[in-house]
Amino acid sequence: MQRWIVITRVNVTLKLVTSETAVLVSEVCFHRREGFHMNNKTFIQRAKKDLRRNRALYLLVLPVVIFYIVFHYAPMYGAIIAFKDYTPSLGVMKSPWVGLSNFTRFFNSPYFFRLIRNTLLLSIYNLIFGFPAPIILALLLNEVRNTKFKSLTQTITYLPHFISMVVVAGMITNFCMSSGLFNDIIVFFGGERSPLLQNPNLYRLIYVASGIWQEVGWGSIIYLSALSGVDAQLYEAASIDGAGKWKQMIHITLPGISPTIITMLILKMGSLMSLGYEKTILLYNDATLETADIISSYVYRVGLLEQNWSYSTAIGLFNSVINCTLLIITNQLSKKISDTSLW
Amino acid sequence: MKIKRSRGERVFSVFNYIFLTGIMLICFYPVWYVLVASFSDSSLLMQYSGILLKPLGFSTEAYKKVFQNPMILRGYANTMFILIVGLALDIIMTSLGAYFLSRKNVMFQKPIMIFIMITMFFSGGMIPFYLTLKNLHLTKTLWGLIIPFMISTYNMIILRTSFESLPDSLVEAAQIDGASHLKILTSIALPLSKAILAVMVLYYGVSIWNSWFWATAILRDREQYPLQVILREILLNNDVGSMTTGVSAADQEAVGMTIKYATIVVATVPILCVYPFLQKYFTKGVMIGAVKE
Repeated sequence: MQRWIVITRVNVTLKLVTSETAVLVSEVCFHRREGFHMNNKTFIQRAKKDLRRNRALYLLVLPVVIFYIVFHYAPMYGAIIAFKDYTPSLGVMKSPWVGLSNFTRFFNSPYFFRLIRNTLLLSIYNLIFGFPAPIILALLLNEVRNTKFKSLTQTITYLPHFISMVVVAGMITNFCMSSGLFNDIIVFFGGERSPLLQNPNLYRLIYVASGIWQEVGWGSIIYLSALSGVDAQLYEAASIDGAGKWKQMIHITLPGISPTIITMLILKMGSLMSLGYEKTILLYNDATLETADIISSYVYRVGLLEQNWSYSTAIGLFNSVINCTLLIITNQLSKKISDTSLW
Repeated sequence: MKIKRSRGERVFSVFNYIFLTGIMLICFYPVWYVLVASFSDSSLLMQYSGILLKPLGFSTEAYKKVFQNPMILRGYANTMFILIVGLALDIIMTSLGAYFLSRKNVMFQKPIMIFIMITMFFSGGMIPFYLTLKNLHLTKTLWGLIIPFMISTYNMIILRTSFESLPDSLVEAAQIDGASHLKILTSIALPLSKAILAVMVLYYGVSIWNSWFWATAILRDREQYPLQVILREILLNNDVGSMTTGVSAADQEAVGMTIKYATIVVATVPILCVYPFLQKYFTKGVMIGAVKE
């Protein structure tokens, strides 16, 4: 058994210490006293002291920092090849500078408008239809009193989120074939068979609808948790005052979860132009390129398939700059309008 | 006191149940269709048109063909390797970072936090990332699918939130007893965060299991392809030829169809089997992640 000594100090909380580690305690106390004079010390002295005291901690985090440098910051540095004419044999450093020519080449490219239009339209449809869907689902689920039914609905609607994109795309492709499920349904309602995924006019519908199908349940979780935080007394008071369900929703529920909604909206708006490439690459084909091709899938084709390193990096960089600007603008706007912001 | 529900509310309630049942059906039916179609007799399925509720006939022919395909088995093995090694490394690295970020009175903690958070908003992009992997000789090897994806910043922040909620007195007492940080991490912080660790394993596990893009980008040797890449070939590039040998030309398409559905089932079943039991952990992660910085 170890003996325990209780040490109390002015301004220092009660501590339980074993006798063997008294040296450590004095060091801790010494450090605390030092803390009062911190301002007199130079930054370097403080840093040295901190590095010595927390050396073990910094050693623990070292692999993590190296990971971020190698796999996140090195590629950021590598993005300067957007301003160069990169050839692998010369490397990033020695490749010659070309200024903004990669960017002007993209702006003058015949695909420029098509890519911007497709990316924007798909994102906007996603926003208009995909953003309210989980909120509505959460509101409806919140009204369900039968807990078994509620959890069953949750289990089933979360399910598609875990199905891999390859499988989802495979299912869509098969269902859209002339002999597929969707065509069976179309015929049932009196339509005609056609390969749906070859039709550029239907591509956006398929893309957005399948996205909602996959994420509506999962997206509702965050709103459900916000809803559970709304004060139940408010509902009681409102119903005693004669407010019906609809009025309660407008005046209690929606204001109650509006910070969550706005935070999610900022995030959505900020990523308006950063549509992922995975689904597009899996779903598009030569027939639907006109409506399906987006910036990130173009970067993939030009970069990884055609090995136009600098040009594709420039397009990617252009896209990132727009994303950041959008995020900052929406955040500032929301700060002004609603006092909710990410930073 | 039970407040009596008005007529309007009862009507709404009925509609609500009907509507939600409809949503459930829409979410579940495609999955059910795939399952049922995979067990169906291929020629019957080909002629059939309309909603399918139960298998047409019963045949495990497609599954036999799928399990005889060496590429699928190979893909399974590769995915399992990435999953096991990747999960171990992911958890180690993520908990190291999360532990550091959860400590108090560390001078350079905030700068390191910012250093990490920046990467959530800025990235070099697809091509520079690929070139980085190439320079590090991480292409053409399965390690290239493990090492560059060891830490998800989002997961690390979830774990940090959990570590922060550990009682200070516990950690301090251990420190004063002379326990090193590594010891505190492995014998106090991690064991007390079992529920969140389950969330981490699931999030990383699902993302490893489902990932395919970087595998197609960096791997050249077909022997190294993980399951999802094989799946892509079968499902989207219609590459069922190797499995329909010995089938008459007329039946090629029909058999190919059931093979595709069977492949989907084989690749998705592991996740769908564990999912209902672990659902509460999955959702827990979302809640913690939602806590604002």
